[in-house]
Amino acid sequence: MGSSFKEALDSGKFVVTSEVAPPKGTNLEKMEHHVELLREKVDAMNVTDHQSSIMRFPSLGGALLVKEMGGEPILQMTCRDRNRLALQADLLFAAARGIRNVLCLTGDSIILGDHKEAKGVFDLDSSQLLAAIRTLEKGKDLGGNALDGSPEFCAGAIVTPEANPIEPQLIKFEKKIDAGAEFIQTQAVYDLDNFKAFMEGARQFPVKILAGIILLTSAPMARFMNKNVAGVRVPQELIDEMDAAPKGRKVDKGIEIAGRMIRRIRGERMCDGVHIMAIGKEERVPDIMEAAGLI
Amino acid sequence: MIRSITRQKPEEELDRLLEGLTRLFIIGCGTCVTLTRTGGVEQVRAMSEALADRGKFITGETVLPVACDNLTGEALKEHGAQIQQSDALLIMTCAFGVQTIARRIGKTVVPALDTLFVGKESGVGRFDEICTQCGSCILGETGGICPVTACHKGLLNGPCGGTNDGLCEIGDGRECAWTLIYERLKSLGRLEGMRRFQGPRNNQAATMPGVWRDAPPT
Repeated sequence: MGSSFKEALDSGKFVVTSEVAPPKGTNLEKMEHHVELLREKVDAMNVTDHQSSIMRFPSLGGALLVKEMGGEPILQMTCRDRNRLALQADLLFAAARGIRNVLCLTGDSIILGDHKEAKGVFDLDSSQLLAAIRTLEKGKDLGGNALDGSPEFCAGAIVTPEANPIEPQLIKFEKKIDAGAEFIQTQAVYDLDNFKAFMEGARQFPVKILAGIILLTSAPMARFMNKNVAGVRVPQELIDEMDAAPKGRKVDKGIEIAGRMIRRIRGERMCDGVHIMAIGKEERVPDIMEAAGLI
Repeated sequence: MIRSITRQKPEEELDRLLEGLTRLFIIGCGTCVTLTRTGGVEQVRAMSEALADRGKFITGETVLPVACDNLTGEALKEHGAQIQQSDALLIMTCAFGVQTIARRIGKTVVPALDTLFVGKESGVGRFDEICTQCGSCILGETGGICPVTACHKGLLNGPCGGTNDGLCEIGDGRECAWTLIYERLKSLGRLEGMRRFQGPRNNQAATMPGVWRDAPPT
């Protein structure tokens, strides 16, 4: 069975992905609830991999859960915690269990997370992981040995359109595409004029691009991201707009802003779709989609 | 000049290591640890006084010229009697010195320092780790800046998404190696070096533990 996400990307429709986070522990109820809520509405959902270097239930197990519940998972894989043997092994396992989409990431630094003394592996980097996927697909492992049964994946990567300076990021972006990225989910974008300018350059590459949308939940949250999250720049007008929203209605305002941005991205055909991240507010993703006129 | 960079161990750890060891001979070094003020004359003196206050009997102390030198065994001979009557040697040198001494003197050794990295002096009072001696040098394609060492994640194909304004995501003002490499290669007109895909690194180029032997003359 192929990847329905890949079919959606190839269909030319405006693709919508979102994400679910595996729990810290064995209680999967909340994640199951989010999968239930989203599986019919989005084209695929990312399952995060120890996001921010915080140890959790594995993305592989989470992706399997999404699959078993009838959703379309995108398995996030970082290079931080596994060497090339473990990464390849997990890819074989994923493929054998019907997981067809992988997002290849470098992974945040260990020291940003909750196991600050752990070893950061980085035996491969994100572009090497993409290349490894293409090698496995050809029936070989990274040691040059033949595989008995080879996987097939729709593989993707990320880019940060607001990075400063942008040129080194663009060089890496091109390397990721050369290494085999079929789709790109971007870091959150808020200044759509900037994003439009980025897309004018990015459009020439044979890759589908989904703009990252992070739901704003308050003005302090926006300021926090500006200060602490690399490559995220929330313009002052949006912070003011969040500030001006009445107490208790901040998230609704964030949903309105996200909806408005998605409408514009779609209306102006800036890129191929959006990746909606509603960190901790996953149950509001359908509201964002509704505000965007997607459902 | 390259130096072995060290930091004094926390007091609690030192106390634990010295549990049951009463008579101590303290050894410092006149080279790297003198420069970093972790094991020079003054620090050896201060340690000696502090341990005496904590009930230890200090049999003697010395600051060797170069603790990692093979002559260290000879240099310690003049303290033979003091060393003989000690329960252990408390060594305020880097781990190269500790191991040199341990190999030459049949005594329990207790390091007072943690050895952090081999650093290059890059300014007054500053040392940077610029080479991890990985065995597969990439400097020819990165403008002479080592990403294996200078990039927190040792990435070979460009920056991660955690960099911003030329800084690394780990904070504390550390620079993003790949931004530096980009700027260097750009100024040299050699950005193609950065565009070239680097395959996975050979992590066994110098299989641990490294060893070098002189080839027999032919």
